[in-house]
This record gives sequence, C-alpha cells and structure tokens, in this order.
Amino acid sequence: MHAMQVLAAAAGGQVVPARAQMATTLGFHIILACFGIAFPAVVLVAEFRGLSRSDEVAMLLARRWSQVLGVLVAVGAVTGTVLSFEMGLLWPGLMRAYGAVLGVPFGFEGIFFFLEAIFTGIYLYGWQRLPGWMHFYTGIPIAITGLGGAVAVMAANSWMNSPGGFTLSHGKVVAVDPWQVFFNRASLYETPHMILAAYMVVGFLVAAVYAAGILKGHRDRYHRLGFGIPFTIAAILTPVQIFAGDTAARAIAAQQPVKFAAIEYVTRTGRDVPEYLGGLYLNGKVYFGLRIPYADSLLVGFKPSTKVTGLDAVAPALRPPAITLIHLSFDAMIGLAFLLLLAGLWALWIWWRRRGLPRQQWFWRLAIACGPAALAAMECGWIVTEVGRQPWVVYHLMTTAQAATANGGVTGSLTAVIILYAVLGVATVLILRMLARRWRRGGPHAGPEAGVPYGPPAAHREPAGREPTGREPA
Amino acid sequence: VITGVVGGILLAGLTLYAALGGADFGGGLWDLLAGADQRGRAPRQLIDDTITPVWEANHVWLIFVLVIFWTAFPPAFAAVMTAAALPLWLAAFGIVLRGAGFAFRKEVETLHWQRLFGAAFAFSSLIVPFFMGTVIGAIASGRVPANPAHADLAVWTGPTSLLIGALFVAVCAYLAAVFLTREAGRRDDHRLRRYFARRAAAAGAVSGALALATLAEIHSSNPALFHGLTHRALPLVIVSAACGLAVIASLATGRSQALRPLSVLGVAAVVWGWGVAQYPALLPGTGLTLASGAAPHSILITVVVVVIAAAVLVGPSFLLLFSLHGRQLLEGESHAEEG
Repeated sequence: MHAMQVLAAAAGGQVVPARAQMATTLGFHIILACFGIAFPAVVLVAEFRGLSRSDEVAMLLARRWSQVLGVLVAVGAVTGTVLSFEMGLLWPGLMRAYGAVLGVPFGFEGIFFFLEAIFTGIYLYGWQRLPGWMHFYTGIPIAITGLGGAVAVMAANSWMNSPGGFTLSHGKVVAVDPWQVFFNRASLYETPHMILAAYMVVGFLVAAVYAAGILKGHRDRYHRLGFGIPFTIAAILTPVQIFAGDTAARAIAAQQPVKFAAIEYVTRTGRDVPEYLGGLYLNGKVYFGLRIPYADSLLVGFKPSTKVTGLDAVAPALRPPAITLIHLSFDAMIGLAFLLLLAGLWALWIWWRRRGLPRQQWFWRLAIACGPAALAAMECGWIVTEVGRQPWVVYHLMTTAQAATANGGVTGSLTAVIILYAVLGVATVLILRMLARRWRRGGPHAGPEAGVPYGPPAAHREPAGREPTGREPA
Repeated sequence: VITGVVGGILLAGLTLYAALGGADFGGGLWDLLAGADQRGRAPRQLIDDTITPVWEANHVWLIFVLVIFWTAFPPAFAAVMTAAALPLWLAAFGIVLRGAGFAFRKEVETLHWQRLFGAAFAFSSLIVPFFMGTVIGAIASGRVPANPAHADLAVWTGPTSLLIGALFVAVCAYLAAVFLTREAGRRDDHRLRRYFARRAAAAGAVSGALALATLAEIHSSNPALFHGLTHRALPLVIVSAACGLAVIASLATGRSQALRPLSVLGVAAVVWGWGVAQYPALLPGTGLTLASGAAPHSILITVVVVVIAAAVLVGPSFLLLFSLHGRQLLEGESHAEEG
C-alpha cells in the first residue's frame, strides 16, 4: 500500500463522518457492554451473600441492582444492534473483503448473546417465583456468557490490530483458519485488559453511588454493603489491570510500533528514548511535555539502550492522525488508573488497621470520583487503540478510507445518532436517578410502583397477581 | 451443497426472527392501537406481560441473521447495506427507540412519561417491520445491484417493496394477536380472548389480502419470482394459505389449541416460499447466486459448526425460558419489592 493511494482513497469517501459515528456509537455502547459483562457477577455476589447468610440487606441490594441491570441490558441490546448494522452500513468495504473472517468471532458472540439474553430474561423476572438458590443459579450463565461475549468481540477487534488466520489470493480471502482468527496475537492482551476494565468500571461506578450516600451521612449497613461489594471487586482488580496494561503496551511496541510511537511521542527511531508526560505534538516536535530521559526505552526493554521505532519509520500519510489526542488519552488512562489504585490502597490500609471503612470525608469524595474516573480511563483506552490504529482499519491490509461507505448521507445519520444517543443517555440516567429517588423515598423497603403501563392512579390499581413469597424483605 | 445448507440456515434464522421477533413487534402495534389510558389498560397489561421476559432473546435472532449473512455471503451483505442504507438506518433507529421505550416505560411512574415512552415503543414497532419488509422486497424484486456505489431510493421504494413492507406489518400484528388470544385463553380472560381473537382474524384477513396483492404485483413486475412461487414453491404457498384459513376458522369457532403452531407454520411457509422461489439466486437480477456469492468453504463449515453449537446450547435454553414463561413463573418483576 502506497502513501499516495491512501491519500487518494481518503479524499473521496465518507471516512471522517463514518469514523465519528462509529466512535459515538461504540463509545456509548461500551459503557453498557461493561455492565453486561461485569454487573451480573456483582449482583450475584450480593445475592450469594443474601442467600447464604440470610442477609436481607444484601438481598435487597441484589434485587435493586438487578432492576438497574434490566434497564441497562435493554439499552445495551439495542445499541449493540446498531453496531451490527453499522458494520455494513458504514464499512461495506471492510465487510465485502473481510466479512467472512470477522464473522468467525461474531458468530460465537451470537451464541453468547443468545444465552445471555435468555438467562437475563429468566433471572430478572424470576425473583418472585423461582426458589432462592435456583434463582441464583439461573444468574450464573449470565456472568459466564458475559465473559464469553467479551472474549468474542475482543477477538474481532484485536484481529483488526493483528490480522491473520486467512489466505489471500488476488486480494480475495480464499481460506480461513477460524482458530487463528479467534486467538490472534493481539487478543491475548486486549481481551483480559477489556474484561478487567469492565469489572472496574462497573465496580467503581456502582460503589460511587453509595459513596455519595455515605458522604451525605447515610452510614447505614445498606450503604456500606452497597459500597463495599462493588468497590472491593474493582479495587482488587486494579493492580491486576495495571500489570495487564503494562504488558499490553509492550506488546504494542513490538507488534504495532507506529501506534506505540504515537502513544509515547517517539518522533525518531532510536535508543535512549525519553518518555513524555503530557505535552502537545505539533509538526514533529513535542511542546510543554514533562520529559523523562531514557524512560521510554526502559519501559519497553528494561534498559536505556532499547531501540524504539519512531513515527519517522513510515510516511506521514501512514501515521495516525491526532497524535496529541492519542498521547494525552494514554496519559489520562494511566493517571486515572493510579488514582483508582490509590483509592483501593487507602481503603485497604484502613481495613488493615481497624476492620472498617474509612471515616475521612476525603476518602468518600475520592470514591465518588473513582466512578467517572474508571469510565474515563476505559474510554481513553479505546481512543488510544482505535485512533492509534489509523489510517488502517485492518492493520497493514486495508485503510479505513477503503472500508468506508461512499454513501453521502453519513453526516445525516451521524447527526441523527448524536441526537438519538444524547436523548437515550439522558433518559437512561434520569430513569436510574428516578429509581434511586423512589427507593430512598420508601426507605430501604420501598414498594413497587405501577408496573402496569398507562395504569390509572394507585387507588384504582388492582392487585396484579403478585403474591408475596417467603423471601420478601418485609 | 453446503452453500444451500447455509442459505437454509439463513432462512431458518429469518423464520424464527419473523415468528418470535415479529410477534413482539406486533405486540407494540396492538399497544399503539389499544386506545386511551383506561380502555387500553387490560390489553396493554397482557402485551407487557407476554413480551417482557422474552423480547431481548427473540431480538437476538436479528443479530444472528445479520452475522450469518455477512459471514457466509459478504459481497451480497455489503451490496444490500449500501444500496438500501436508508431503510436500514431507519430500522436500526426504530429498534433503539422500541427497546429503550419499552424498558423505560416499565420504570417511570407518571402517566405522561409512560405515554411518551409507550409511544416511542409502539410507534417504532410499526416502522421497524415496515422498513425491514421494504429491504426484503428490494432483494426479492431484484433491485439491489451486485456492486452498488451509493444508496438509491429506487431500490426499496418499488411497489413490491412497499407491499412487502405493509405485509410485514400486517403479519406481525397477526402473529401477535394470535399469541395474545392464546395467552388470554390460558388465563381464562374471556373478554381479552375475544378482543384479540377479533383482531387476529382482522389482521389475518389483511395479511392474506396483502399477500395476494403482492403476488398479483409480482406477476406483472417480476415474472421469474412469480414463476418460482407458482411452480417450485407452490406447495409452500398452498401451505401458508391453508394455515391462514385454518387459523381464521379456529378463531371463529373459539378453538385455540393449534392456533400458535398453525400461524407460525403459515408465516414460515411464506419465508421459505420466497427462498425456494428465488433459489439459487442470492441477489436476483445480478448473477450473484448462493454459490458464486459465498464465502470460502472453510468459513461455511465454521458457520455450520457455530449453528450446531448454537442449536445445542441455545435451543434448550429457549425451551427453558418459554416453559418458565408459559408456567407464569417469570411474572414477579424484578422491581416487585412489596411485602
């Protein structure tokens, strides 16, 4: 692929609005995907505690979280469908050439998605009439298929970073080795990185809700447990994630050196490469960054003499755009990860000293910040890997411009998507806040509201066949 | 042979989506038409109860069909997604509004928010099947070119497309009304049973009329497809007509045992009738056939393996879901915290 061809292809297509739209829809859906991957396990931990210790507070948390899960899974199911459509609607060139290869991981993802949807239906609506432990067991497949779905989708994404497992003849795929497609080199580090991220995002976000309550003075057992379960899970995984991320960065240095050069502002190939914290990249120079001599070489190969590939290794047209964005996103991700680590260590220290939760107001402020911080770190990670792969959609094989649709209406669909998703995002947050308000108003044992659509006022409501069971937390 | 098998898998997925997902869309249509708050309360409650635990699982058939389509027949997938982009975008947005509207409506308390989200759910239940129907119509009428550069209104706004879009809406309404009749019968709610039986018969009659109109239109506009439908696929066409008449007859006599299987068989016969009639063409009128448009052999083998794995894992899970739902064990909604 010649630089000129890349430029020529980029000029005519709809690649910029198509990329913007993919970024919007993927950036939105990934939040819900995190909840699909990780939240069921968090709910199950609470339910397990509730069942095994007859802990009614844990049981109440599990029920309420599963109601939140119901809302988020529904929104995730439909925004995920939009992505399936977009594979063809925005990237017909990619699908025409490599649809058969990409179909392998997505086929497996389909199975996991089916099982997830089926058991979610059973779990969410089986609270009343399925016996306690049986209800718990119907939730196990959701947690497992969430992981399976993540593995499959990450296999597809990492294949684009590390394409292999197929034979080309005259530019057409003629044979495919599904095993090699699924377990490509990049999937080995991308997949654990994303699964850990999902658990951290969910853990820190859910914990942040209860941290806010505790900061307001609600230090009851309901809030402490609601904070403790998700926060513990997320905090334990944070150091694991930092290790996984570090491994991933070194693998990228070896396998996608230009992406790595953009991440670390490596302008010229060489040894003794410095590390920049922050800074702007303009016309091949780094401004305002904090320069740490030798650090980048040390991080890549553990000695200053390690040679690191620079952006100058390829023609300008083959370098990623928005190098400053890539670098700052990477720095933000790392910085936020250490903030999350700090919060975990703080809680661990207090727990070690006196078997309790911290009393300092500043800890609770930090714990609230950890929710959005984890989310922002994950989004930054996606910006790094996706923008960093540009101009390629399939690394070294197909440019994003070649993949993009030639249809002129992408600006239209982009506008529609931005409006639709803004409304959807606001509505989702408002619905969750409304649920929280309703629960607060009713105290820890709030009753149900109108489950009946278009129901008349409460006074006229007939009992809609809901018999209380022995497990009611009344 | 294997391209035929994979083509069959695609049709089977489409059939299941049409039957299960279609009924959920139809539920939204009846919700739309259920009238004012008080009057529409009972049917809306039944629709909500029936759809709630299953719609997401039923919706996955669409993902399944999309993935199999792009995996097994990538060039045809790219062609359809390019040429018929507009109705597909509208269908995708409709899917978002429907799912979110349905999920949100259950959670909000005040009537005007319930109305708003309910309207999003119900109205998008109308537009999604319509636009999907126009895309199927575009393929069937041979208007999707093999290598389109741009989207084109003419691809999906032909009379066949619009008729099939309308037919999809009517069939969704028909399936939903039949399922709801059966459900009301099982709950011994005779008033609702009659309510939906009337609507099932009406929607069945409209579906039949639209099917005949489509057939007549195809007769003049698309002789090849008409020939296929009246020769190779004739048994299936007869089966679908017979099923439709049998359903309307048993609705009239008040019997409801075989209602669901008959209505599903009727719809399945229509889907397979289309597939058999246009076989072996993939995009009629382009020379792209199941064989020439297919992915490499190793991929088709993988598709078959995935489908077998799906059948082994997903089949029993679906049976579990439907049987628990059928025994009304999934009605304690997650937010029923009374005590």
